[in-house]
Amino acid sequence: MMLRLTKHAIYDILRNRFVLFYALFLLVITFSLFSLDSDPGKAVLSLLNIVLMVVPLVSIIFTTIYFFNSYEFIELLLSQPIDRKVIFFSEFLAVCLALSVAYGVGVGLPVLLLGGDAGAVYLVGSGLLLTWVFVALAFAASVSTRDKAKGIGVALLFWFYFGLIYDGFMLYIIYSFSDYPMEKLTLALISLNPVDLARMVILLKLDISALMGYTGAFLKDFFGTSLGIVYSLGLLLVWVLIPMVYALRRFLGKDV
Amino acid sequence: MIEVNKVCKRFGKLEVLREVSATFERGKSYAIIGPNGSGKTTLIKSILGMVLPDSGSIHVDSVSIRGHWNYRRQIGYMPQIGRYPDNMKIGQLLRMIRDLRPDATTTDEELIRSLHLEELYQKRMHTLSGGTRQKVSAAISFLFNPSILILDEPTAGLDPLSVETLKEKILKEKEKGKVFLITSHILSDLDELSTDILYIEDGVIRYTNTMVGLKKETGEDKLGRAIAGMMRKDFRLQP
Repeated sequence: MMLRLTKHAIYDILRNRFVLFYALFLLVITFSLFSLDSDPGKAVLSLLNIVLMVVPLVSIIFTTIYFFNSYEFIELLLSQPIDRKVIFFSEFLAVCLALSVAYGVGVGLPVLLLGGDAGAVYLVGSGLLLTWVFVALAFAASVSTRDKAKGIGVALLFWFYFGLIYDGFMLYIIYSFSDYPMEKLTLALISLNPVDLARMVILLKLDISALMGYTGAFLKDFFGTSLGIVYSLGLLLVWVLIPMVYALRRFLGKDV
Repeated sequence: MIEVNKVCKRFGKLEVLREVSATFERGKSYAIIGPNGSGKTTLIKSILGMVLPDSGSIHVDSVSIRGHWNYRRQIGYMPQIGRYPDNMKIGQLLRMIRDLRPDATTTDEELIRSLHLEELYQKRMHTLSGGTRQKVSAAISFLFNPSILILDEPTAGLDPLSVETLKEKILKEKEKGKVFLITSHILSDLDELSTDILYIEDGVIRYTNTMVGLKKETGEDKLGRAIAGMMRKDFRLQP
């Protein structure tokens, strides 16, 4: 039943062509960055900065709009003999799958073809995880309200917060307390932001943690490269699970 | 058989259902009437598990529905306002719903034919008028030959010919011993279709009786007049 539902949800997603455009957009960016820079390592780095902005934004906004647009569909399903959990997970899976495939086609394939070093692999992997994190956050935001505008507002706020505001806030703290040892606090602050976690994975892997200054050097020292990456990827998974479980619980107790 | 036992539901500050208890038996057809916002739809949606009651219990064939979903195999539901995925065609929608019920071996497509939906299979849902949507809802509710049919204002928005088609279908299925729960504001329709009556107001069932009993009590032979008579007698003082 789960697969049947997911299949129908994916048909529904493909009927409007947004996901297609998203894949195409990423494809164009990836190719142009690689053709601008002769060094694939640098191209991956520039791509990283774009991916960290665009992927969360598109994932969270698309998911929120999709959820509200399929409200009628969900309503119809709820009057049929189908478990609510199955409805939730099949919708979740369908969005994750569609966006992941778009990302895979737009960034994954060309990066691996053009300059497939280890850093590139991690860029693809953490981009996928980031997609799921923001899909989960979008579900959490849209299950909590009936109002579409409010849902999209909350979703945008999440993006602003994790993409822009949080970093400013972190810089402020680090700057203000620069007289004290900051390593552990920085680590904790990074863990609380999925975008930073994704960035850390790639920077550690690209072996340019020196770019992250003193803290980067510390992180590298503290974890070693591989442990640091495992830690960040694990935490990213937690970032998928927590909003997803929250959204599921709200959905199970929701009146339609 | 459906048993509703002391069900309460509030939406924020608004108490929509207050300790509603009722029993719906096989072979009978229940008219649920009451003013707008009296809790009719909420009661229906509670039975369907779409609205989760704050307290009280609902049993379908002696099994509590809380946390269950399999019992909905037996229920056909026609919503008040049928809302369907916008960019789907009628044909696609019906195919999808069939696909989601692999357990159903036989389907009842009589309404699809008699409401002439096949000719509209290529139309997208968002281009449909309210009446056509109602037809689609009606066809879906009868599609899997359910033993319980819950129809929320089934005749609102339908053209006179389709109303008659639907009524004939309801009467035909009633003969087979199915339970019908019908809400409507069109009392003349209910007069023909139902055997029992429930009057609900402010989330409380104020009056229940058989149709025959009600007419006898008020001395009227039309449901509309009987209801008016009942209200005049201030039945609200009755327990």
